[in-house]
Amino acid sequence: MPLDTIETNGRNDMAQAAAAVDDHGHTVTGISNWKVGFWTFIASECLFFGTLISTYMVFKGNAVTGPYPADIFDVLHTTVSTTVLLFSSLAMVLALYAVQRANKKVAIFWLLVVIGMGATFLWMEGTSYLKYIDYGLTLTSSTFGSSYFVLTGTHKLHVIIGMVWMSALIWMIARDRIPPAKAETVEIAGLYWHFVDIIWIVIFTLVYLIQ
Amino acid sequence: MSSVGTDTPAVQHTSHEEDTGLWSWITTVDHKRIAIMYFATATAFFFVGGMEALLIRIQLMNPEQSIISPELYNQLFTMHGTTMIFLVAMPMAVAFFNYVVPLQIGARDVAFPRLNALSYWIFLFGGVYMTLPILFGVAPNAAWTGYATLTLPQFNPGVNVDFWFIGLSIVGIASLAGGVNFITTIINMRAPGMKMMRMPLFTWMTFVTSFLLITAIPVIAVAMVFLGFDRVFATTFFNPDMGGDPVLWQHLFWIFGHPEVYILILPAFGVISDVIPTFSKKPLFGYPIVVYAGVLIGFIGWGVWSHHMFTVGLGPIADSFFVAATMIIAIPTGVKIFNWIATMWGGSIQFTTAMLFAVGLVVIFTVGGLSGIMHASAPVDLQQHDTYFVVAHFHYVIVGGAMMGLWSGLYYWFPKVSGRFLSETLGKWHFWTTMIGLNLTFFPMHFSGLFGMPRRIFTYSADLNVDIYNQLSTVGAFIFGLSALIMTWNIIRSWRGGEPASANPWGAPHLEWSIPSPPHHYNFPAIPTIRSREPLWNASEREEVLAATMQELDEEPVMPNPSYWPVLLAAAITLAWALVMTGIWWVILLGTLPVLLCVFKWAFEPPFPEGH
Repeated sequence: MPLDTIETNGRNDMAQAAAAVDDHGHTVTGISNWKVGFWTFIASECLFFGTLISTYMVFKGNAVTGPYPADIFDVLHTTVSTTVLLFSSLAMVLALYAVQRANKKVAIFWLLVVIGMGATFLWMEGTSYLKYIDYGLTLTSSTFGSSYFVLTGTHKLHVIIGMVWMSALIWMIARDRIPPAKAETVEIAGLYWHFVDIIWIVIFTLVYLIQ
Repeated sequence: MSSVGTDTPAVQHTSHEEDTGLWSWITTVDHKRIAIMYFATATAFFFVGGMEALLIRIQLMNPEQSIISPELYNQLFTMHGTTMIFLVAMPMAVAFFNYVVPLQIGARDVAFPRLNALSYWIFLFGGVYMTLPILFGVAPNAAWTGYATLTLPQFNPGVNVDFWFIGLSIVGIASLAGGVNFITTIINMRAPGMKMMRMPLFTWMTFVTSFLLITAIPVIAVAMVFLGFDRVFATTFFNPDMGGDPVLWQHLFWIFGHPEVYILILPAFGVISDVIPTFSKKPLFGYPIVVYAGVLIGFIGWGVWSHHMFTVGLGPIADSFFVAATMIIAIPTGVKIFNWIATMWGGSIQFTTAMLFAVGLVVIFTVGGLSGIMHASAPVDLQQHDTYFVVAHFHYVIVGGAMMGLWSGLYYWFPKVSGRFLSETLGKWHFWTTMIGLNLTFFPMHFSGLFGMPRRIFTYSADLNVDIYNQLSTVGAFIFGLSALIMTWNIIRSWRGGEPASANPWGAPHLEWSIPSPPHHYNFPAIPTIRSREPLWNASEREEVLAATMQELDEEPVMPNPSYWPVLLAAAITLAWALVMTGIWWVILLGTLPVLLCVFKWAFEPPFPEGH
């Protein structure tokens, strides 16, 4: 029965306490509503980024005026920033692992690493933006500029939102509000962060590697 | 049921355990109250969109009239379409999702009650934001499809289109959140034994529609982002002078727009798939086929969008593909029609108003479907594109399909919501004025369209010889308007004074009819176990179910806390979007602060009373 599933799952103490008197947290799949809902949201986000990426691909090579991708992209620079962002996912996993083991300090450390790596990524990409603007590529200069900046800008916005989210988690962990039973709070933030990373892999491949 | 509280008529009929003041409605997270608010708001917008339609019909009654200026006419038909689709048909379906789905699957609420309230408030604020500008003559004016370049700042400099893309972006958030909520609810919160293939068809179609929402809304959202950037920050997405592509807009819009068509119609299909078996006293014929047909429509609905674009010139290969796909999608729809007919076949049919609307849907939607098949063919469509023939087609399927289905649901579920029947006499008046009104309005449009009358033009030449068709349409529109008044009067009158209804007044088979009318605020005293598709039609199972659902509880189940953060967050989101109109980056940035604050307050508010 679903009630048993929740108890053996043992992730959400609030749900468990409620289940004792009532059936909040009772789910058919045994997966919490939060997680199912968040996966659904991620499905939706795939279409969101899919449309942005498709638009970039449709416009690719059609820009009336330069600069063109080959003139300005520094693949090595972006490879480094991409690597930093990808490794932040490892830190995210370690943070979740620490939360599940009630290791407060280690959890906060790894979440700080996540934020730090996100910030490094943003800083490196920010310097590229400035360079491109120097070369004459702006939001309004061509279809390449418009679709490039809106696509990557949307991704950066997602990174920033993730960093704000991680900060909130650190604050909660510091105040003992995320015991191991509630580790799913961190797990879902992790789902988001990994998704933002994976989208960047697609963007990196389609925008930078296959020019 | 007792009558306490006197703020609004709606308040008086809630069950006695609850607060009934205005504040309790603003802060409610109860799916049933949210449903009632959705329905009331959508009906209000229905009258707004209806007034716009009547003004259009007055202007078109005779050739070369100038009662309404071309500029105002553009705003009227733009807002008529936008209102009816985004603020009437969709949210009215959501009203039924909200009320019915948790009751049909045996849940005490939706998966995310506060998110549900947020959806409603965002819809309300976004709708009002889009609707008010018409009073000042600055309403959106580039048609509900908002084709570039009509929307670009160099051709449409005012604030009109800003209201459109911002308003729709706001309302889109509500739909997206609703989609996530209902998918999670249906996957996760079914009663024991309520397998997917035992769910009532309405819940199934809600499920399919929710998937269409979460996949189609992001596409239009990106299109709106592009349009917003083009308008506010002078980007080049749709600007042909800079290499941008107006056809990109058409693709993005219709990639959203065609699934949207099924977002409108599938809920109605769901309603009548519950209503027809109930009043035929027979289980739905070919249940799995009806489910699969609905799912198939959802899938194929993604592959037909370019049939809106045959005149663009995409080339014979693309056109052929979309011709074929469009004709294929008629098959699952036709399958459903036959299933409904086969359900009625040999049944002991009761022609209640709900059943009349359901049968009306089968008939009228088929007419609209046939003209749909006609312009699935690219060469035929080239003749019909942008004429009143197309207007006739989509009104037949949206009014005769989506809206008739929802009204069928209104008469069917009203006793559950209020504990009282809607008047059957007024209901029959409502049905027949609707049938006469909509056929008289839209049938002649087939002719005016074939004779060459273009849509979206504020007048027409007397030489076209379409006067008589337009006059008939105008008379029909007023009859249709009358039907809406009858419906509203019926609701208001019956809410207090209707015949009292029992728990299962129609002898229906599904779970929502196993609990008292109106339901407890916690829906089910105990969650029943389900063993079949028609639990209330199997004698032994009914006994078991009713033992669980009709029992008296000493201690009520714990329900989520009311919260005012949904309404505040919705206001903050609306404000943040509205500030985009300023075009000043730091004002826009500042506008996100209240959103952030509300999100944090929301996240740290305990959803359940202390100790739970």
